[in-house]
Amino acid sequence: MTVDLSQFIPSFLEESFEGLELMESGLLNLQAGDSELIHSIFRAAHSIKGGAGTFGFENVTDFTHLVETLLDEMRDGRREITNDDTEILLESVDCIRLLIEAARDGDEYDSDKIEQTSDRLTIALEKKPTTDNNDSFKEEKCTKEKHYIINFVPELSLAKTGNDPIFLLSALAELGTLTVKADSSTLPALNDIDPLELYLSWQLRLISDASIEDIEEIFEWVEDECELDITIDEANQPEKNPEQTTLNKNHESEEPLKQNNDEETQVITPEPKIEVVKENSPITAKPKAKSDVGSIRVGVDKVDSLINLVGELVITQSMLSELGSDFDLSKLDRLTNGLEQLLQNTKELQESVMRIRMLPISFAFNRFPRLVHDLAIKTGKEMELIIKGEQTELDKTVMEQIGDPLVHLIRNAVDHGIEPSEIRLANGKSKKGIISLDAYHQGGNIVIEISDDGSGINRDNVFNKAVEKGLIDANATLSDSQVYDLLFEPGFSTAQEVTDISGRGVGMDVVKRNIQALGGRIQVDSTPGQGSNFKVNLPLTLAILDGQLVKVGTETYIIPLISIVESLQIEKEFLNRVSGDMDLYRLREDNVPILPVFQLFNIDAQCNELDNALLVVVEADGQKVGLMVDDLLAQQQVVIKSLKDNYQQVLGISGATILGDGSVAMILDIPGMIQMALEKAQRSQHQKYPNQIEKVGGYN
Amino acid sequence: MTKVLVVDDSNSIRDMVSFTLKSAGYQTTEAKDGQEGLVKAKGGNFDLVISDVNMPNMDGITLCTELRKLANFKFTPILMLTTESSTDMKMKGKAAGATGWLVKPFNPEKLLATIKRVVR
Repeated sequence: MTVDLSQFIPSFLEESFEGLELMESGLLNLQAGDSELIHSIFRAAHSIKGGAGTFGFENVTDFTHLVETLLDEMRDGRREITNDDTEILLESVDCIRLLIEAARDGDEYDSDKIEQTSDRLTIALEKKPTTDNNDSFKEEKCTKEKHYIINFVPELSLAKTGNDPIFLLSALAELGTLTVKADSSTLPALNDIDPLELYLSWQLRLISDASIEDIEEIFEWVEDECELDITIDEANQPEKNPEQTTLNKNHESEEPLKQNNDEETQVITPEPKIEVVKENSPITAKPKAKSDVGSIRVGVDKVDSLINLVGELVITQSMLSELGSDFDLSKLDRLTNGLEQLLQNTKELQESVMRIRMLPISFAFNRFPRLVHDLAIKTGKEMELIIKGEQTELDKTVMEQIGDPLVHLIRNAVDHGIEPSEIRLANGKSKKGIISLDAYHQGGNIVIEISDDGSGINRDNVFNKAVEKGLIDANATLSDSQVYDLLFEPGFSTAQEVTDISGRGVGMDVVKRNIQALGGRIQVDSTPGQGSNFKVNLPLTLAILDGQLVKVGTETYIIPLISIVESLQIEKEFLNRVSGDMDLYRLREDNVPILPVFQLFNIDAQCNELDNALLVVVEADGQKVGLMVDDLLAQQQVVIKSLKDNYQQVLGISGATILGDGSVAMILDIPGMIQMALEKAQRSQHQKYPNQIEKVGGYN
Repeated sequence: MTKVLVVDDSNSIRDMVSFTLKSAGYQTTEAKDGQEGLVKAKGGNFDLVISDVNMPNMDGITLCTELRKLANFKFTPILMLTTESSTDMKMKGKAAGATGWLVKPFNPEKLLATIKRVVR
């Protein structure tokens, strides 16, 4: 029979990646003497090796075998756990991952890296590479039929190991034609028989094309509990066979065959032979697209709660339709109740469905301990990573896109934040730098904080650099946070020397753009000498948005709540008209440019006078603007529909949604609108605007 | 019907073994480590136990020793799944009362052919 193994491969792959993660985090925390941990690392390697062999990924098996051997020596205490070995093992984990990913995607892999690491492992093991591991699949083919004489004398205790001679004989019978003679001469008198013991022995004659190894294999499990002689009966060979093989496994002196009582002789005819498939060709996983996007693992509890909710929805629906079939006004109460219930069900259902997309942020955080470990070695600094809140849940899409920006922020913290140990000690700090990563929910958003207890950001350096790069005027007065925001300007880098870890001049601006693309924002805070803190604010999901509905003319627009600073009614005395049709509104210490929405979108509004008009102050890209609207409506969650998929991209609009009454409302894209306003202002070619607006010029 | 207890901490191997056995007409019960295996063994009769060696909570050798203490499992064939083909490992298994061992990697055909040495 054949079994299609490919169906188990996805499960094997998933398991292997989990195993690799376990190995990685285990190795990072490995201390000498922690035998429980080294055992679990060993088990992970062991499972990967076993699975890989079974499912035909031989390169993985071979490589992992080396890793396993090394781990085994550590586990048995034959080898000390050194940093060098841990490094090699960590590198090996990368290699195994590489191999498994290549196997999954059907891609090529970097065989040089594998070879190098495998050589290092081999050197560490102080022996030549072994290839002994795949022999078990190789079946020797021996086509000529031979006559074998097998003498099988089991020990009395054989049955206690769970072996039963009848099965061994049946297995032999499958190799060819078997003649069995049982010898019961040693059978004691009935009174003396111990029912747990085996008193029989057998002389067997097998005519088969199987090799002597095939026969030995059958007796493999009992070879220590029996006397076994396998000889080829030269006289009876159908064809001349020059070599005679005698196998005398476990007893030094050959005993003569016991043939006193030939009680019965029976011939067991061979059953149809089981086909032995040569399993040397690897079972290749079908090449598939990068599988990260494809699937999502959902907890059974989440699915159960969905099923439960759908059940309730069905009950409510049937109640309502029953009510509708025979309705009069006396049943109005019940109708209202039913509708109320429907609302409740729908809301819960929506929440549950959204929760399916939510994953704990540990999926993104998991790779950071290793990152910090590697960076610490590269930079020669000592540091520790503290992770908090890794169970905080986040939308899968957001998670996938936040990984790279976080990597960059951590690299920055290591490179620019944490000082070398000597400097830290001189400044009265602990020798080890601390980088902490914290995630938590705050008002419908998720906040991720990356902080370090390093040197902090040098305000003057940043300022001077920005002046040098022509980003700001040398005389400008900026608040601390405005200075820190300069870090995110394109092409800004304060590192004295560009290192290979960070500071290639690309990065922080990209980080900010990525975060903004997710509808989030980033804030920096720093205390010189004590450290810096980067705070990333992200929406929980990209599919739903908390919005403020506003009215302009006959249109309803939605402003993302996250970008709203405040809403106010314009008072004339704070208005300032500067040239270029630009009105500024004085809001405490800021001058906020006013963008009348009706002008931007060329529609008619009820209110086109600035005085007393409603102004929604929004912030994007560190820039505040006031949107002039007719009226403020409700705040509600809206489901985002892509405009690009359904129509086409429109500047200033990030998407659309369908409101309760069935009408379509546009969701405003605040950075886009600021850009539109800016272009418009530039077209009218007037004099310079205040510094703040110039800064927006960087956003393109 | 021949009942087999399959004990392995790796889902994919356990699924594979179990699936292979089922498609050959055996009835299988699965356990994810020695501890669960022992509990399940106590809860029913089995004609064969196939167990991994390296597992969390309780390893295969301990499971084997524990099973041999049970009256129901005195003669039950117990096969160990192992990648370690060293004699050391085999001796440990033997000492614990294991019937035989299957060296990983193995394929379904080999699995079925091999277990015929201890059950029908």
